[in-house]
Amino acid sequence: MAAYAYFPGCSLSGLGRPYDESVKAVFARLGLGLEEVPDWNCCGATSYMSINEEKAVALASRNLAIAEAMDRDVVAPCAACYLVLTKAQHVLAEYPRIAERVCHSLREAGLAYRGTVTVRHPLDILANDVGVEALRAQVTSPLEGYRVAPYYGCQVVRPYGLFDDMFAPRTLERVLGAVGAQVVDYPVKTRCCGGSLMGTEEEVGLRLNFLLLREARQRGANVLATLCPLCQFNLESYQGRMRRTFGEDVTLPIAYFTQLVGLALGLSPTSLGLQRNFVVAAPLPVPA
Amino acid sequence: MAIAVHCRYAEDVNPAFPAEIMARPGGEDLQNCIQCGTCSGGCPLSVYMDYTPRRVIALTRAGLEQDVLRSVTPWLCSSCYECQLLCPRGLKVTDIMYALKARSIEKGLYPKKLPIPVLAREFYGMVARYGRSAETRLVLKLMLRTNPLGLLKMAPQGYRLWRAGRMPLGQDRIRQTEQLRKVLDAVEES
Repeated sequence: MAAYAYFPGCSLSGLGRPYDESVKAVFARLGLGLEEVPDWNCCGATSYMSINEEKAVALASRNLAIAEAMDRDVVAPCAACYLVLTKAQHVLAEYPRIAERVCHSLREAGLAYRGTVTVRHPLDILANDVGVEALRAQVTSPLEGYRVAPYYGCQVVRPYGLFDDMFAPRTLERVLGAVGAQVVDYPVKTRCCGGSLMGTEEEVGLRLNFLLLREARQRGANVLATLCPLCQFNLESYQGRMRRTFGEDVTLPIAYFTQLVGLALGLSPTSLGLQRNFVVAAPLPVPA
Repeated sequence: MAIAVHCRYAEDVNPAFPAEIMARPGGEDLQNCIQCGTCSGGCPLSVYMDYTPRRVIALTRAGLEQDVLRSVTPWLCSSCYECQLLCPRGLKVTDIMYALKARSIEKGLYPKKLPIPVLAREFYGMVARYGRSAETRLVLKLMLRTNPLGLLKMAPQGYRLWRAGRMPLGQDRIRQTEQLRKVLDAVEES
């Protein structure tokens, strides 16, 4: 049985709880083990790097050092965690001066990092470790009637493109297609949702997310699949405010891609945390 | 008649500024920019910025430190890395924005009226202390400091999140906060 180290990140016990639940349920159903990185700390996200780049790398490196002892690939579902952990590794490899300082500070705290960890996204695991055909073979309730807009957002694909093309990624389409969903063409699929700007500059965040939702609806989608807890929250939770601000209804269920895959694998909506989503998949047929 | 154009003079220039930014991770290719503007064209936020990313790079190279570090542009950057992907000269534009943010904090020049740096500093403090960020507490702190009345508007949404089990009220923390503090302190001292 394949086994992975699991880095849930802070969001997955809060806003992103359904993501945590659905990743665990899908991995369990596929016979993939997940063991949480012990005493992991916050990845630092964008905010930490905005204040002090070297401390941000050190913060992420404590996690890499702890995970290295587990000797298996680290799965990070949150787009920010995935990027920050990966970026820390790039900075350590490209800037020997920073690497020296960070390794020194880890040693001061009784830790060490040799640089052998591989950070992976669950989408990468489903498409490339499990494989699209093997996934298809496990489907018990194909997602008939689901017209999904595949939304990658920014930080899973950029700037390193570890498992897909950075300009025109296709992995999400392949996975959703394998579980029987119809995937609509969605050219803005890697356009940023604005991240935390929804909380700090709402006018800006509303506009960015409104454009993403309107495009998905115009393309005929009846659900949008996300890979990131912040994208999910921004796109889902402000739909009423967008309608009042822009005078156009953009109601659309926003699901984690793992929730959709889980439904197709015959898992119950509750085990996938679907009852915690705000815009329930009411227009969606429950898979037979 | 008042002259509306903001003129800059030799005394506004800090000749050391470009080298300071180039010394930070990602800043090294600053001088390779050909001012094509692809970064600004691809940026989903450039329409909201006071200077577009292309102009920020031009100002940085010219040493106009005050203009750059007081600009809202680096703070509006959401780190989506579109510019960095598109740049035909391989500049790490997003990383340059990070360098400018960090420099503006160090020099105390960041735009004071903007909530974004407030969020970044609250986040930084919370993570250094507890090792984890708690979304609910972070949003509360941000709102209390920048827009207390806005909390009323947010109440219904908070209630929905809480009912859905997506808004834990406590402060999550790691066990080994002392170990983390040692790591972070050692970076500062080295």
